[in-house]
Amino acid sequence: MVRSPLLRMIGRRLLAAAPGLIGVVVVTFLLNRALPGDPAAFFAGPAATQQAIAEIRTKLGLDRSLPEQFALYVRDLARGDLGHSLTTGQPVTADLLARLPASLELTLCGLVLAVSVALPLGILAATRPGSWIDHLARLLTTAGVSLPIFFTGLVLVYVFYYLLGWAPAPLGRLDAFSTPPRPVTRMFLIDSVLAGDGALFWATARQMILPAVTLALFAMAPIARMTRAAMLGVLASDFVRTARAAGLSRHTVMVTYALRNALLPVITLLGMVFSFLLGANVVVEKVFAWPGIGSYALEALIASDYAPVQGFVLAMASLYVLLNLLIDVLYGVIDARVRIET
Amino acid sequence: MIALLRHGRYVVGENPVTGAAFALLLVLLFFALFGVWIAPYDPLATDAAQTLQPPSRAHWFGTDQVGRDVLSRMIVATRLDLVIAVSAVALSFVLGSAAGACAGFFGGWTERLVSRLTDTIMAFPLFVLAMAIVAALGNTVANIVYATAIINLPFYARMARAETNVRRDAGFVEAARLAGNGPGRVLAFHVFPNCLPPMMVQVSLNLGWAILNAAALSFIGLGVRPPTPEWGIMVADGAAFMVSGEWWVSLFPGLALMLAVFCFNLLGDGLRDLIDPRRRT
Repeated sequence: MVRSPLLRMIGRRLLAAAPGLIGVVVVTFLLNRALPGDPAAFFAGPAATQQAIAEIRTKLGLDRSLPEQFALYVRDLARGDLGHSLTTGQPVTADLLARLPASLELTLCGLVLAVSVALPLGILAATRPGSWIDHLARLLTTAGVSLPIFFTGLVLVYVFYYLLGWAPAPLGRLDAFSTPPRPVTRMFLIDSVLAGDGALFWATARQMILPAVTLALFAMAPIARMTRAAMLGVLASDFVRTARAAGLSRHTVMVTYALRNALLPVITLLGMVFSFLLGANVVVEKVFAWPGIGSYALEALIASDYAPVQGFVLAMASLYVLLNLLIDVLYGVIDARVRIET
Repeated sequence: MIALLRHGRYVVGENPVTGAAFALLLVLLFFALFGVWIAPYDPLATDAAQTLQPPSRAHWFGTDQVGRDVLSRMIVATRLDLVIAVSAVALSFVLGSAAGACAGFFGGWTERLVSRLTDTIMAFPLFVLAMAIVAALGNTVANIVYATAIINLPFYARMARAETNVRRDAGFVEAARLAGNGPGRVLAFHVFPNCLPPMMVQVSLNLGWAILNAAALSFIGLGVRPPTPEWGIMVADGAAFMVSGEWWVSLFPGLALMLAVFCFNLLGDGLRDLIDPRRRT
């Protein structure tokens, strides 16, 4: 029996996430089987004989019934086997794991940047409606939802690399002169700090700035808009008026009373923002030649190499389910009511 | 009808931004319908002597790496981009709202089935799911439409379900039942029409998103194939030249995309004002 209500809530959420994960596995399996053409003929190559194709079909389990194939697929998944990539010749799982840190580092940097700009912006806009900061917030949110993310990225590259020369060439995580830090987390920013190498940290940060800003511009819009709306709602409510009337300091009213309540819808929204960010990541990785799992999947897609694409989709979806779980837990930490109800 | 028009004129007069968005929509529609005849050059004609020319009097928006006129390609692309977005949104509106309305009205296993389905779609990062669908079904424009429709489906289904659910036991619905209408008829002619206004706002906001989504798919090389003029592909074509200073190949189609999305978003906000006077700002 788990006594802590928070732990119990986490357990419940984990169970609630299970159907989502099962759905993800079923859908990726079905998409896998919906592939145009005969996968066996594809794996065998153009010069294969009829007999060779039949052999490969048996080897891949394609001659069995659909439920049997599904069972095999789940068995392979449980072993962490996502098949082999034809282009790199490596197991897909190894490829994905090697490239995942690059994508995660980029997405997290973008998200942190977006939240650290959008939250204060939304709060300031809500406390001073009609001021220049409110208009700035509105402009940014409108631009953020209307700008195609690949276009923002390209314009940033043109202005900051070609015109001003401030940013390095948009060619991956490190320039040609630096060697990557000793891999610990494989996130270059963290690893270079762990290695105590200031110059290397600067070199990786320089590469990171433009793609992270591109992602942040995109993610900022919904967060700032929601923060502003939620803050406006909370500031107009009775308990804030009472707190003010009781003579509490402005800081206590704003942070302890208003912000904590206004954050709840913002955190709910973060799930949706993650969904968009993970998708936008693929596009940004292409624009900045970022060696993450998105560009890996795109390379495979162009080479009609399907195992990596399936692995990528599965990895992204699992990541997303886990992130949503994290958000639920965060929600419980901030909102005491959720903990009491469970 | 006249009252609605007058109300519409009031809204446009009150909020000139909505009026501007509506004008922009007319321009877009004009290019979509007549673009093929207005374009000054053949959008596919290459000219080896005129590659990567900056904007000039002959080529207002410059030429791309094989000497095609950027302006002409942009104008001709309007139709394809709008057709993809409109058909995807129409498809997901029809299927999503039908499924959602049935779920909200009948409840029971219909509701469980529909919610399971929408939850499964929402368990994916949506753009990644669209990529996977296009990759699995094949690289064609039709599949881009299907993929975009599928990832939009949950929004309509959830909205229709919620809107139907609150009206299921309303007085006028009971009255319609008492008058002898069957459940299907009550749903189709009494409940569903009342759910339409809020859904129309969603449609308009969704159109902008569908355009962005389709453009992003073709930017990464899915769906629309190269010589075909399409805004996303044109931006992708120019991407390599952005680092060497030939900005016009990407910039203009990117701006076109932005304007189109902007237009639909503003229209959505305006439409909300028109439909829901309480939330007028």
